[in-house]
Amino acid sequence: MLNTDTMRPRGPIVIDIENITKHYVMGEETVHALRGVTLQIHRNEYLAIMGPSGSGKSTLMNMLGCLDTPSSGRYEFNGKDVSSMDDDELAAIRNREIGFVFQTFNLLPRSTSLRNVELPLIYAGVDPETREERAAQTLRDVGLGERLHHKPNELSGGQRQRVAIARALVNNPSIILADEPTGNLDSKTGEEIMALLENLYQAGHTIILVTHEADIARHARRTVHLRDGLIESDATSAATELQTLAFT
Amino acid sequence: MKRFIYELTESWKIAAAQMRANKTRSMLTALGVIIGIVAVTLMGTAITGIQIGFDQSMAVLGDDVLYVDQQPWIRRDDWWNFRSRKKIQTEYAETLNRMIGANEKSNLLLAVPAASWFRTVKNGENVVNNVYILGTTSDFTAISTVDCAKGRFFNELESRGGTDVVVIGYDIADALFPSDDPINKSVLINGHPFKVIGVNTRQGTFLGLFSWDSMVAIPLTSFKRYFTAKSESEIRVKVKDKTKLAEAKDELIGYMRRVRALPPEKANDFAINEQQAFKSTLDPVKNSIAVAGLFITGLSLFVGAIGIMNITFVSVKERTKEIGTRKALGARRRTILLQFLIESTALCLVGGLIGLLIAYVVCMGTRAAFPSFPIQFSVGLVVTSMIVSVMTGLVSGFAPAWSASRLDPVTALRYE
Repeated sequence: MLNTDTMRPRGPIVIDIENITKHYVMGEETVHALRGVTLQIHRNEYLAIMGPSGSGKSTLMNMLGCLDTPSSGRYEFNGKDVSSMDDDELAAIRNREIGFVFQTFNLLPRSTSLRNVELPLIYAGVDPETREERAAQTLRDVGLGERLHHKPNELSGGQRQRVAIARALVNNPSIILADEPTGNLDSKTGEEIMALLENLYQAGHTIILVTHEADIARHARRTVHLRDGLIESDATSAATELQTLAFT
Repeated sequence: MKRFIYELTESWKIAAAQMRANKTRSMLTALGVIIGIVAVTLMGTAITGIQIGFDQSMAVLGDDVLYVDQQPWIRRDDWWNFRSRKKIQTEYAETLNRMIGANEKSNLLLAVPAASWFRTVKNGENVVNNVYILGTTSDFTAISTVDCAKGRFFNELESRGGTDVVVIGYDIADALFPSDDPINKSVLINGHPFKVIGVNTRQGTFLGLFSWDSMVAIPLTSFKRYFTAKSESEIRVKVKDKTKLAEAKDELIGYMRRVRALPPEKANDFAINEQQAFKSTLDPVKNSIAVAGLFITGLSLFVGAIGIMNITFVSVKERTKEIGTRKALGARRRTILLQFLIESTALCLVGGLIGLLIAYVVCMGTRAAFPSFPIQFSVGLVVTSMIVSVMTGLVSGFAPAWSASRLDPVTALRYE
């Protein structure tokens, strides 16, 4: 394990967060979920965000996913300041730049795999033919070429998560944000999903993994630990370091 | 724009899928709209029916004909004041026609006498009591708005000579000659035989207002021969240009004063009636019926709309997580708003279509059962009720759709 200072970035900066805070007012109390987080994520990184519940892990993930805006601080996504964007501008960023993978898959229950994967393309204004073609191709890429017209309840947990990953990938986003992607899967299927994510990373995707399981976080090349709304540690694994060195 | 169309198509698909997935719930909710639309549509047909009935009845009077009577049709004074007036004589018509002929710039065209009396008309076993017997001249064809369906009206020769011929209304023909052609058959009017030479075109009756269908017309000369003293007479005067009705009326008043030999200080002892006066009295009544009727039936539609609003709120609540997912995938506020608006509108449209279908069946049934009841199912009505359905959907869906579009994606995603 090496220190952050020694990390050598491989690509341009995708996410640039500087001293962001987030607090919620809950009745009488003000909850400080994030107390000043500074973080930079480069293209084609594989990063895990870890931390016990209440550490601000989820809040940071919402922030990174442009689902929420910080109370203070600066957040630039691909050089664009997102901290002051309104709902619809954020929606456009999420649509084009971020692929979400949820713990509970969050597929539309009555729609086929194909229709589920097409959804981000509809919101992006892609025409129906291209939409279907791209959705089908992405599903084949995640190994679900035979399951295009199945509905979620006709699929296994692992297959559902693959559909969700295809949905996250289909718009070719800058980052893939996976929130406990194996949380609802048995360990064998979980490993398969992690292997898929590894493939995506190898293919050049930027992956941010939010998890509380060390086993899962181990797949990432860089691990950020949160505690009490602050970054406790930010470490890059040796493997990455070697790989990085090999490239330079 | 393209994206908007894709989102719109998507929203319709979702709406259809939602309805398929929640059949019972959708049908029950749509039922409110169905009842509302049936009520409003039937009210609409009734109102148009009443309108058409009025217009048909009014059309008998003609909008270019002035009626010289002893009394005004709409009395504002004591009846007795009019009762004591001198009667209108059928002979005035000839005098008036001379006056009209003498004035080159006259706004009047022709005066026609009309005497009337109620009598029994018989053909063998078939009897119709209290038939409106009209005694007039062949000039009547010039001012009448009704044509003969069969045969013809009596000519000048028959008119002057007092031939015993009769033109009968559609309903009279139907009652007296249920199975055969009445033309050239004989009927007894008050015991006197008349030869039927014409049957009028069916005009339809409404609320017992004047209708040609239950009248018969005979030459005035014959009328005078058989029915005398107590009969009511009036003079009908056709005007040249119905846009100059007021001038024509003034001219006619002048002539009538001369006919009656009234000195300048005396008030008119006759009345000039016209269709418009009648209409303007009936219109407010008709309009208040329409407003009250539509308001009451509109309430049932309103209840239906509340049902739609309620179910859309439920749908938003149930699908909070889905809304969160959609937002995470890039759905904007407008997209979500549109989706739920279309869901409520689709429900209302389905309700509206079913409602319209039911209303149509009821209308056709009513028409088949009571042919004389004026009921009108028009394209305009279909379009209107579809617009009303869509509006109902949009209005009732707006509040829930708005709340859905405003949902915070983080909260919505966390919702279980």
